[in-house]
Order: sequence, then C-alpha cells, then structure tokens
Amino acid sequence: MSTVQSVLAAAVRPVNASPAIRAWLVPIGSIIVGLLAFGVFVALLGRNPLEVYATIFEGGFASGFSWNNTLLRAAPLILTGLAVAIPAQAGLVVIGGEGALALGALAAAAVTVPLVPSLGATALVAGSIAGAAAGGAWFALAGFFRAYRGLNETISSLLLSYIAIAVFNHLVEGPLRDPASLNKPSTLPLPDSAMIGQIPWLDVHWGLVIGVVACVIAQLALSRSTQGFALRVAGGNPRAAMLVGLPVGALIVAACSLGGAAAGLAGAIEVMAVHSAASASVLAGYGTTGILVAFMARQQPLAIVPVAILMGGIAAAGSLLQRRLDLPDATTLVLQGLLFVAILAGEAFSPKERR
Amino acid sequence: MSVDAVLTVLIAVMGGAIRVSTPFLFVSLGECITEKSGRINLGLEGTMVFGAMFGYAVSYHSGSPWLGVLAAGCSGVVFGAVHGLLCSLPRVNDTAIGISLIVLGLGLAYFFGKAYIQPTAPRLPSLDLGAWSDRPALRAALQVNVLFIVGAVLAFALHWAFANTRWGLQLRTVGDSADAARALGLSVARTRVMATAVGGFFGGVAGAYLSLYYPGSWNEALSSGQGVMAVALVIFARWRPLGCFRAALIFGGAGSIGPALQAVGIQAGYHLWNAAPYVLTLAIMLASTSKARAAIGAPGELSMTR
Repeated sequence: MSTVQSVLAAAVRPVNASPAIRAWLVPIGSIIVGLLAFGVFVALLGRNPLEVYATIFEGGFASGFSWNNTLLRAAPLILTGLAVAIPAQAGLVVIGGEGALALGALAAAAVTVPLVPSLGATALVAGSIAGAAAGGAWFALAGFFRAYRGLNETISSLLLSYIAIAVFNHLVEGPLRDPASLNKPSTLPLPDSAMIGQIPWLDVHWGLVIGVVACVIAQLALSRSTQGFALRVAGGNPRAAMLVGLPVGALIVAACSLGGAAAGLAGAIEVMAVHSAASASVLAGYGTTGILVAFMARQQPLAIVPVAILMGGIAAAGSLLQRRLDLPDATTLVLQGLLFVAILAGEAFSPKERR
Repeated sequence: MSVDAVLTVLIAVMGGAIRVSTPFLFVSLGECITEKSGRINLGLEGTMVFGAMFGYAVSYHSGSPWLGVLAAGCSGVVFGAVHGLLCSLPRVNDTAIGISLIVLGLGLAYFFGKAYIQPTAPRLPSLDLGAWSDRPALRAALQVNVLFIVGAVLAFALHWAFANTRWGLQLRTVGDSADAARALGLSVARTRVMATAVGGFFGGVAGAYLSLYYPGSWNEALSSGQGVMAVALVIFARWRPLGCFRAALIFGGAGSIGPALQAVGIQAGYHLWNAAPYVLTLAIMLASTSKARAAIGAPGELSMTR
C-alpha cells in the first residue's frame, strides 16, 4: 500500500461503533465537519463565524417567513432528487435533471394556458401529466440508449439535458413567446386564479405535498413491490437478474422514465405554482442540486425530504446574508459545496452497505 | 444564399472552431490524463470557472496575462489534488465528488469574483496568421491565440508520451488494471492523485482562456458547460489525445454554426443551433457503440464504463 493510501486509511479508520450507530453518527459528523470548514473559511475572511451561522439559521429556519422560503426551494429539490434516486436503484447515474425539468415546465405551460378557460382547475392536472410525460420521455431515451446501445447514461443524459435546454430557449424566445414579454422572454402566463394554491397556514404551494407523497410512494414501491425488488436486483447484479429472467432492459428504461417524470413534474409545478409561465428563471439549477440531494440521501427516497429541506434552507438564507452582513450571494453556494464534499467523503467512514 | 455568403459562413465556422475549441481542447486533454489513470473528474467545470476568475484577477493585479494563465493552472492543481485525494478514500463515489466540487468551485469563483466583474484585465495576445489575405472575414478567423497552438502541440506530445515514456506506461497500467500495477510495484493512489492534479492544471488553463481571451472578461455566465462536456468529449475521443484535438475542433465548429449564420443575417433557429454540438456528439457516440461493444478503448478501471 502506498504512503498516500496508508495515511488516508489511518485517517479514516472507522470508529469503534456498531453499524447502526455509525449509520447515524457519520452523516451528522460530516455535516459538522462541513460547517466547521465553512466557519474557517468565513473566519479567514475576517468575519465572525458564529454571526454567519446565526444568520443562516435565521434566514432558513428561525421564523415562519424563513420556513416558507425554505420549503418553497425544497419543493422542486425533492422531485429532482427523486429523479436521480429512482434510476440509481437500477445502478444508473442519471444527471440530466435540469433538461427534463425544462421540458416539463415547457409542456405544462403549453398545455395549461389554452385549457384553463374551458377546464378550470382540471387543466392543472393535464399540465402535471404533460410535464411528467415530457420529462419521462426525455429520460427514457437515456435509459434506452443505455439498455440497447450500451451508451453510458450519465453522459447521454448530460447531452440530452443541453439539447433540452436549447429547445426550451428556442421555444420560449420564438414560437411560444408571449409578445407582451419584452425584456424577459416567457410563454403566455397562467392567470393568477388558475394557479396551484397554497397549503393552509403555510405560504407554500401544494407542490411540496406532491413531492413528499411521491417520495413515500417511491419508497414503498421499492421496498414492497415485486417491480421494486426486480429493479434493485437489476441494479445490484445485472447478470443474476438476466439469469432469473428479469427484463433488465425494460426495467432500466422504466426506472429512467419514472425519474424523468419526477423532474418534469418539478418543472411543471414551478410553472403552475410559482412562475406562471416558462421562462429562463425556471432553470434555477434545481436539476443539478437534485443530483447532490439524492447522493446525500444515499438514494433513499424518504431521506431526500430532510436533505432537500436542509439545502433549501441554506439557499433561502442567501438574501439575508447579503442584506445583513454584506456577504455575496455565492456564500450559500460555498457552504453547500463544503457540505456536499464533507458528506460524500464521509461515505468512507460509514458501515459497508449490505448489498 | 450567394456563394459569397456561403464562403463567409464557412470561414466564420472555421474561425469559430479554432476560437471556441481551445478551452474544450485543454479541459478534455486534462480529463483524458485523469481518465487514463482510471478515474473520472466531473468537477473540471468548477475548476475551470475558478481558474477563469483567478487567472483574470492575477492578470489584473500583475498586468501579465501569462502569469494569470499560470495562476489559473496552479489553482486547478489544488482542485484536482483535492478531488484525487478524496476519491482515494474507500467507497467514495468519484462522480458525486466531482459534482460537489463543481458547486464548491462555482461558489468560490462567484464569491471572490464579485470584485472583478467591473475591472478590465490585460488580455492574452493573438497571432495574426491571416495578414496575407485581403478578405476581412478570413483575417478575423485566423486571429489565432497562442494557447490554441500550445494545446495542439500538447495533444501531439501527450499522444507520443502515453505510448513512449515511462510515466505514460505507468499511467496506462494503473488505469487499465490496478492489480497489475500493484504487482509491478507501482503506487496506484499516488499515480491517480498526480494524474488528477495535472488534469486540474489543464482545466484551470482552459478557464483562463475563457476570461483572458474569448469571450475575454470575467462574469458569472462565462462558462457554458465546457468542463462538464469534457467527460463526453473524452469518450468521443476514445481516450486518445489526438482524438481530443479532433473532438474539440468538431465541437467548436458545430457550436459556431449558429453565430456564423447570424452574422450573414440568418436568425432562424439560433437557439436550436446551440444544440448542434450536443446532437452531433450524441449521434456519433450512438453510431459508434453497440450493445456488444460499449466504450472501445476505455481504461479498464474506469467506474463510468465498467
């Protein structure tokens, strides 16, 4: 063993604790390490770390107002996280969520606006289905290329994502553009009365509930259903899956399209609940952050919810950091990055997975 | 379109291929070195954007754009080394670490870069290779930056070095079979960390090209995903440096079709043309893979193609 490796191995020699305890200790310890690293960064710049921590907590989690901001950002992250976690069960790393989200947003905007006058609120259901179908079809391509052409799904989903965003820009700034949107090209807006409503006592739209429900369903389907089990077998050992006669190719395509449907639904909900139209502001990087949310949640659908809320809260604190401490908006990005690195590197300390 | 307009578009695409391909060339050569050692670095996007900011800042304060390029490369070494060391830990996923280092790199670049959006830093000079022509479009297209030539030379040098030098062989052995490398007494972890750090240097230089030559200023919308695309270009290039050179030129040329058409007054589908490089890459990759033989030429230890 080389010097580098032995030094690293010594540094990470697992703590003497039972696997069950370590499964909890490691993520919490990683978050603390990430927060400490951020504190050092802030202190090096001559700021008081405690003051910065307190401001982030206040901006993300201290009041009803900050919780609203946090949950508003967590809602799409839950779905884009799920978009990565479902294909991950089949052993796939699909990272093109931003493109599926863009197409979902576009489809929802294109379908709902003409339908609202005749269908009313039912148009929102049509919009959700259209968004999920658009995202699902897009990711299904990546699954299809993987299963039947041997093309790596990480790369193809990335390429597909850039293509989807170009199509999005083309349609939003061309054929689907609302002539009244002068400075910021966008599609025709939904009337306020036709948009997805707010959850009572919370200033957050129902999309949050849809995301949480989707995670619960995904968790149950993966752990309890035959199809979920087949998917995990295909992910764990494709050769064994083929030997017992599982349709591995079809499972891969199905897992990818379900993931894409989640990301497409996230885009549709952003349009129908927040932005009222498809425009560049829908593409706020939720697809990319969702990848990390899923990895941090160890691809477990139920764990995605708290992780998405944590990341949403940090992002929500950005404007307060700027106003009160005159720190750039990007401060929250630095903190997110450090947390991601710490948590993912913390995998080294966690107990070995059973599979 | 008249013959003259067609010629203008073709010249503009060629010029664009040279201009736009340089960052792709550097970042894909860097990724190629890293992947030859058996590891993926998806984080070169963050490395590149941080390098763009850092190179711009150093050029502004020192007055020397070349010092900026060097500084950007060195910042890339730091990012690469961090990536390499973290991925040496057991059970750490290199794809995920790469994406988290993108977030961190962008965060740090935007954080420190805020002060450099306004000031103008000295830019890299270019060589006027088209001085002989009296065609303005051709002269503009042949304004070639020195870094493009350096990148082209490096592609040939790496091609030779992978095949003929001791460290080239060591790198490929580690990348193809860690067990074989250990049996030969090579240090797998150290080789990979070194390869990732060197790859980071290339990523940083690619960023400096963006901020110091083309488009030639620092702002938060500087990169359009060149760093992430490096991974696709390397597969496209089948892990060969000369293939990276060719892939970067094709990709840069395809990306220049939209602006070139716009220059002769064809606006239609401008945004769709932006997708041209990605569609082309996808089509070529689909055409060259099959269920039976995925990823020809891939290093055996690569997590992404196993």
